[in-house]
Amino acid sequence: MSHVPAPDPAQLRARYPQVFDRPASARLATPLVAILAFAIFVFGLVDLDFSPTRLFNGLHQLGWITLLMLPPDPGASLPLYLKALGETLSIALLGTTLAALMALPISLFAAHNIVPNVIRFPVRRFLDSIRGVDTLIWALVWINVVGLGPFAGVLAIAVSDFGAFGKLFSEAIEAADRKQVEGIRASGGSALHEIRFGLMPQVLPVIAGQVLYFIESNTRSATIIGIVGAGGIGLQLAEQIRVLEWQKVSFLILMILVAVAAIDWISGRLRFAIIGRRAVA
Amino acid sequence: MTSAVAILPSPQLAALNEAYRKAVARKRLRIALGTVALVAALALAAIGAEVNLKTFFTYLGNFFSYFDRIMKLDDGARVWTNFGEWFWGWRKWLKLLGETLLISYVGTLTGAVLAFLLNFFAAENTSPAPWLRFVVRRLLEFARTVPGIVFALIFVIAFGLGPMAGVLAIAIHSTGALGKLFSEIVENADMKPVEGVRSTGASWVSCMRFAVLPQAIAGYASYALLRFEINVREASVMGFVGAGGIGQELVVAIRKFYYSDVSAILITIVLTVFVIDIATGWLRGRLFGQEAET
Repeated sequence: MSHVPAPDPAQLRARYPQVFDRPASARLATPLVAILAFAIFVFGLVDLDFSPTRLFNGLHQLGWITLLMLPPDPGASLPLYLKALGETLSIALLGTTLAALMALPISLFAAHNIVPNVIRFPVRRFLDSIRGVDTLIWALVWINVVGLGPFAGVLAIAVSDFGAFGKLFSEAIEAADRKQVEGIRASGGSALHEIRFGLMPQVLPVIAGQVLYFIESNTRSATIIGIVGAGGIGLQLAEQIRVLEWQKVSFLILMILVAVAAIDWISGRLRFAIIGRRAVA
Repeated sequence: MTSAVAILPSPQLAALNEAYRKAVARKRLRIALGTVALVAALALAAIGAEVNLKTFFTYLGNFFSYFDRIMKLDDGARVWTNFGEWFWGWRKWLKLLGETLLISYVGTLTGAVLAFLLNFFAAENTSPAPWLRFVVRRLLEFARTVPGIVFALIFVIAFGLGPMAGVLAIAIHSTGALGKLFSEIVENADMKPVEGVRSTGASWVSCMRFAVLPQAIAGYASYALLRFEINVREASVMGFVGAGGIGQELVVAIRKFYYSDVSAILITIVLTVFVIDIATGWLRGRLFGQEAET
């Protein structure tokens, strides 16, 4: 057994000063950031009219509302609500499908392994601007164009998802393996052949998974666009909240939760069937 | 140059061809059935959503001309010919934009703190008791599934009109979303440090503080920044239901057909979202390097 001499702290300190004395900037950074974050937070509370009394009164009110919500009860409007829920699911399904169909060709023009940067950059920025505008705003615009109703909702979801899909699809295409494409080219295929036989078989499963995931998240979006008048269960929900029918409100919220859970389960199963276990995780 | 490809004897080849043909036919049948099911579902959905292609094509021009109209001032000139006129309300809009950013900041921070407090109870490997985990998970699920704007609608009635309702709605929704992501980080954490701390006789809180937190904190901050970016978008529409921010101005402009205002406010929002997007991306890169990318 070899003998290890006991370390001498003073000697170690002299030899590795940076370990013992971190510079002031490094030591102060974390507390400074924390203080700054907290200061902005407090400023925000003051600026946004928070006050303990308001908070307390509001919580008191909220307690009453929660009590009034129990038990959830649709009254006589259950058939109406079921129809509205069907409308919401239709909006989500149609909107997502339309968006995916539109985004697939465009995404090719946003992938750097297909087109040069001169084309890619403006297409990407275009998709970004579409994504920067919320679905609810698109819904308002479409209501101006095709009138109130679920159809405006379909178009709103289609447009706002178009931006998201374009980006996601083009990322999937950029991540695809070059070797298959090179193989097609080596056997004399044209550019379109390269995309069809070299690229698509690789990216389609990824894309299918993303579309299914979006159908699920769009069920949520579709529930809220009704608030601005674009059809579906959100319309009923907003109306019942405005007239303070709390039992109906809680029933509608429950319906939304159940519907989202059901779609979640179905799309999870479908994703599993299409792309296998590894991509689900 | 000649080359020879070895070809199997025909009986063997026939069997292989037959098997290949069958495999392809099976796959084609599955794809065809899937397509039929999808088309049927879409047709059903089209009826449910009252799709009217005639209206759509009649008014589709309106959609594109809408963007033409919002790019014109009241006197018919293009908006960029007169910036002063286009952004006439910039003082008010900037103030509301600042309010929107504050709403999302305060909401995200509150949500992140609540999610941080709850996530150890929701994670499979650190939760002290199964029943507690079940309760916390259901709570987070509820907060995440009910859309933020629905919370806002209810809070506007409970807390009164104004940004406070928006902040609380965003805080609750962020708690649900972040709580799930945070607990997934904790579930992926290495449990060996926990064992080490535990073997010194430390309490549950010390285990979390000294063994789990150092592994998870970078992930927490990264997800919180990402959530902030999402919440800026969310806060920009909170005004639609009277919960503060720039949404109020926007909905009034759209409903009352103040065309040039619509474009001015939209451009302000989109630019802000861009800037926040880039800034949080840069910050995440600076703080956590490559590992936070995943």
